[in-house]
Amino acid sequence: MSVPPAIEVERLVKIYKREPAVDGVSFSIAPGSITGLLGGNGAGKTTTIAMIMGLLAPTSGRVTVLGAQMPRQRYQVLHRMNFESPYVEMPMRLTVRQNLRVFGMLYGVANLADRIEELAEALDLSDLLDRPSGKLSAGQKTRVSLAKALINAPELLLLDEPTASLDPDTADWVRSWLERYRRNRHATVLLASHNMSEIERLCERVIIMKKGRIEDDDTPARLLARYGRHTLEEVFLDVARGRGERREAAQ
Amino acid sequence: MTARRLKAAFAFSPRRVAAMMLRYWYLLRSSWPRLVELVYWPTVQMITWGFLQYYVMQKAGFFARAGGTLIGAVLLWDILFRGQLGFSISFLEEMWSRNMGNLMMSPLRPFEFILALMVMSVVRLLIGVIPVTVLALAFFGFNLYGLGFALVAFFFNLMLTSWAVGIFVSGLVLRNGLGAENLAWTIMFFFLPLTCVYYPVTTLPTWLQPLSWLLPPTYVFEGMRALLIEHTFLPHLMLESLALNVVFFAAGTFGFLKLLQSARRNGSLMQTGE
Repeated sequence: MSVPPAIEVERLVKIYKREPAVDGVSFSIAPGSITGLLGGNGAGKTTTIAMIMGLLAPTSGRVTVLGAQMPRQRYQVLHRMNFESPYVEMPMRLTVRQNLRVFGMLYGVANLADRIEELAEALDLSDLLDRPSGKLSAGQKTRVSLAKALINAPELLLLDEPTASLDPDTADWVRSWLERYRRNRHATVLLASHNMSEIERLCERVIIMKKGRIEDDDTPARLLARYGRHTLEEVFLDVARGRGERREAAQ
Repeated sequence: MTARRLKAAFAFSPRRVAAMMLRYWYLLRSSWPRLVELVYWPTVQMITWGFLQYYVMQKAGFFARAGGTLIGAVLLWDILFRGQLGFSISFLEEMWSRNMGNLMMSPLRPFEFILALMVMSVVRLLIGVIPVTVLALAFFGFNLYGLGFALVAFFFNLMLTSWAVGIFVSGLVLRNGLGAENLAWTIMFFFLPLTCVYYPVTTLPTWLQPLSWLLPPTYVFEGMRALLIEHTFLPHLMLESLALNVVFFAAGTFGFLKLLQSARRNGSLMQTGE
């Protein structure tokens, strides 16, 4: 018997005032995998992720997450998933511990105090727990947002630019941590990023979006081979500037 | 809608409600200016109107008999106004801190969110109004608690109206972003002249009186005047107010859910700015 996908997106369309932000996107993501969603600004990555989370209703098409249709059946699965995004923030006046306590309660986390200590230790937040979230540096805030995203040990983790404001050392540390988390929890991770080396390192599959459509979808190695490039960044530029299409047409 | 989906959508969790109340309590106690603000305006209002009433009582025989109606009206108006503001401000805190996405993505149900906001509006109101009622007693000899059971009926009806309006305004802000924030501060003033806070309904032009009687607080303010001037508690006024409040509350909640649905369609939940 085949394992059902963690995420299944079928002919997904989102139109804002006649402008399609997402235009007929279909893909499915296997449980326990890390998939990267690549694309320039306005490619439709955030809109796609928002529809997967149930924050946005599609104009047409279907999103199924952990067996539940989004956004209609979201309450059946929201406690099994979580997300981190630079577009939302933690309340700034509350301390890190207070924020994590509130979200832990919202997600129904058992032994919450232990879970907060465990995450604080794992994400190097122990010294920050009693500081107001608004007084942290950008890198510290990202780690706190990650702790919030992991408070319920989600089976499905949606990450939008998770290392955007981190220094290279901390970013590398966060990536290692995510890899370990995925392995140990057998979690599914969908990651939207502009950081090509991050996608190359973490993801076993890359979906490249442009103008609301999927331009390519493959493993990083096969994409590099197909475009005849050495880095994903070069592949990304080829797709963004239409060179991939021209090359295919020439061939 | 399947039974499983219905059960998931309406599964109530007191822990999630407590989480939201804890969040607002942390916020409230972390800022002394917020606490001072809760007491400041009700105090200023009560003192101003108290002195005005004191002056009028010395000059006019009717007001001499109707001792306390102005201060009573000010205090009851504050319950209505501060109740709605307390609800709306807690909601706006989520918009200001760009936290709405986190909440909407969490298992928190809309009615749990609303319940937490309702409880916090009572907490904020009590912090603001209790000291003022003590000052009213000390400065002007007006004992609001002397109204007894009537005060409970007044309070309950006014809170229901304030929640209904607060819920609807929150939906508008959710759907239209912080550009609609001003409504939260001003919408209740629409009720001020029409609900006849400081004067009897008969003062209004005849054609406007039916509209006034469609608003639940009108019955409370009329009831207060009957109690203070004629020393008669009119329970039928409170029952009529309650019946209208049930309609207002249901309409406010329905409006909120529809606006939330619309926000989910047009992407406002992702953009919580203006």
